[in-house]
Amino acid sequence: MLAAIGQFNLIIALMLSLLLAIIPMVGYARNNTALMHTGRPLAYALFLAVLSSFLILITLFIQQDFSVTYVWQHSSLELPLRYRITATWGAHEGSILMWITIQALWIAAVARFSGALNLNQLSRVLSILGLISVGFIAFILFTSNPFERTFPAPLDGRDLNPLLQDFGMIVHPPLLYFGYVGLSVAFALSVAALIGGKIDEHWIRWSKKWTNMAWAFLTMGIILGSWWAYYELGWGGWWFWDPVENASFLPWLAGTALIHVQAVSERKNAFRGWTVLLAITAFSLSVLGTFLVRSGSITSVHSFAADPTRGLFILGLLALFAGGALILFALRADKLRSTEAVNFNSKETLLLANSLIFIVATFTVLLGTIFPMIFEAIGQKISVGAPYFGLMFFLIMIPMALLLPLAGQVHWQKDVFTVACRSLWPYASLSIIMTALVWWSVDHINVRGIVCILGAFWVFTATTGHFLKNKKTAGFIGMTIAHWGVAFFLFGMAMVEHTDTEKDVLLKPGQNIHLNGYDFEFKGVQWVNKENYRAQQGQVLVSKNNQVITTLKPQKRHYPKQQNPMTEASIYPGFTKDIYVSLGEQINNQGAWAVRIYIKPFIRWMWFGGILMLLGAVVGLFSARIKRLEQRQINQMMKEELNLL
Amino acid sequence: MTPTRKRRLIFITLITVGIAIATAIFLTAFKENIMFFKSPTEISKGDFPQERNFRIGGMVKDHSLQRSDDSLEVTFMITDFAHDVKVSYEGILPDLFREGQGVVAIGQMTLSGIFKAEEVLAKHDENYMPPEAAAALEAAKEQKN
Repeated sequence: MLAAIGQFNLIIALMLSLLLAIIPMVGYARNNTALMHTGRPLAYALFLAVLSSFLILITLFIQQDFSVTYVWQHSSLELPLRYRITATWGAHEGSILMWITIQALWIAAVARFSGALNLNQLSRVLSILGLISVGFIAFILFTSNPFERTFPAPLDGRDLNPLLQDFGMIVHPPLLYFGYVGLSVAFALSVAALIGGKIDEHWIRWSKKWTNMAWAFLTMGIILGSWWAYYELGWGGWWFWDPVENASFLPWLAGTALIHVQAVSERKNAFRGWTVLLAITAFSLSVLGTFLVRSGSITSVHSFAADPTRGLFILGLLALFAGGALILFALRADKLRSTEAVNFNSKETLLLANSLIFIVATFTVLLGTIFPMIFEAIGQKISVGAPYFGLMFFLIMIPMALLLPLAGQVHWQKDVFTVACRSLWPYASLSIIMTALVWWSVDHINVRGIVCILGAFWVFTATTGHFLKNKKTAGFIGMTIAHWGVAFFLFGMAMVEHTDTEKDVLLKPGQNIHLNGYDFEFKGVQWVNKENYRAQQGQVLVSKNNQVITTLKPQKRHYPKQQNPMTEASIYPGFTKDIYVSLGEQINNQGAWAVRIYIKPFIRWMWFGGILMLLGAVVGLFSARIKRLEQRQINQMMKEELNLL
Repeated sequence: MTPTRKRRLIFITLITVGIAIATAIFLTAFKENIMFFKSPTEISKGDFPQERNFRIGGMVKDHSLQRSDDSLEVTFMITDFAHDVKVSYEGILPDLFREGQGVVAIGQMTLSGIFKAEEVLAKHDENYMPPEAAAALEAAKEQKN
């Protein structure tokens, strides 16, 4: 019964989003205020309809209604309540429902917080957003209905994938989706502006806010994904250049380029076309990412339900959204021509360079990701190895790190590069000395690692120096924090990639192994019973200089409904290094096990860097300058309306 | 040439050289890191890259897994039901590795005809067959008929 209501609500939502896509736009075309005024209420109604069906799906999971196929497939009687709730978005159908719920939430938020837009503009934006939700709601209804029923209802479900029974999985997908979908707002704003044929600084300022927010969510989602993969998958890596990871990274890269170009185009009439193009690219890459993840057309270590019709449907949506937007862009390109000249010796040039670097990075990753598909079409099966991505990314990010401090130093409008470079000398010398110290004190670090560390110090010292010397507005503080994040990320990444220790060993109970100054004593493995699984739990005593630091208890978990065991690593986290132990398999009857021991230096600094980046984006939202300008805009609109009356 | 023109010329030359170098690096990195996928049948015909890594996929043959008692060395057969390839690997096998299930291994062919794997991949989901392995099985089945 409840499931039927959930499905009915989705159909209502489809109708509402169709109305939202059509009515305000028609109102705009005919200059009919009454029609345009329907936009806001329709947006709220759409949100309620989608939210209620999402809540119904959660309720079905809580009630263990196994007559619903999706619930039956991803839950079971033993599954604890918290995981029953999160199982809602644990697999394809539910996660698409979550996608459209978040989409509807963003639409409602746009409708609610759009004081700085006039009715014409708002109607166009809401209609475009409505159109996007039509696409995704149709997708869920026609290809991936979470409310599909099974008769007769099975007595017990198939259980949730154990990998997903974890805190990281509870928060990682929603945040990622907030980011993905948030980029649709920047997209809709651009398309709506193209339809109107005019893009002014108010537009850009307004869309900058939304882009920042979406980008912050996306950053958080990616960090959590990386952290989850590190502790949950039991192989100790933090990034694999897997197609599914790239799918989330591509919109992030394009979004980064977008944020930096917006900083120019909100100030002067330059690079406006480029801003619009980047906004279109960023959201198109979100949709492309969904396609890559959902179609199963690319071999990935993540395996989601793969279904060709779903892939085709999303490809169709992508063609519609990206193609439509690009055609519109081509038609309106002449209206987007910059009217203000940009001086070569200026901050503007460097921000343009930033966006070019990030777009080159985007396409390098994109090419590596979809190349196997192109080859497949000509009958060769290939894959592109992680070293390709690692090397290319390293090379592309060198100019990024090199130019970042300069961009901080150079002024808007007109400056002299040579003067700015000269003022950066102290930071350059300081970072070279610091890097030399690191080189001298850390064993076995290669040139690539050293270059990254030099970059980290260079970005950090110059950003800090610049920060101390200048007036601190919210925008400036936000930028500084984000750039510190870049430095922390670079440092942590260089250390963990180039100085870590990984060892797989065979250990008998009581056996000792010495690694990097630490002693690991294996105490053997015992069975333990837990909430909804049994586990073989090992004990490894870690000590340094005969002082016990910690006892690690890695597990091999056995869930009753799963054929395969699951490895749960045990980690001793630290400020400068993590000690990470996981169990392989039992080798013989005398209790000997294959044990994996990792020492990962500074790995947390990397995620901390990511957190700083997102904090920076959030702090930037509180810019007083933007608020002042917005207030002026609202006042002006009020005045115009009063004049009309 | 006027100084402005000269500067422009230098600028353009630098950019061209830069792009050329970037393209060269890109192509090399790509060529080095492309990994071909081969099925046991293709390997038995000698159709595989020499002295570089490639991927092989199929099913782990039943009762073929052999472990050493005092090291992490294992050997097993990958089969597409038409041909088998012996694989040796030292390290920890993934959780989802088991006999009778799909698997993909990355490594090189040795002179003795044993595939020396550096990495063994099995999928997260137990119902799931790696698409490459599934395609290899499908192709072998067609050939048999």
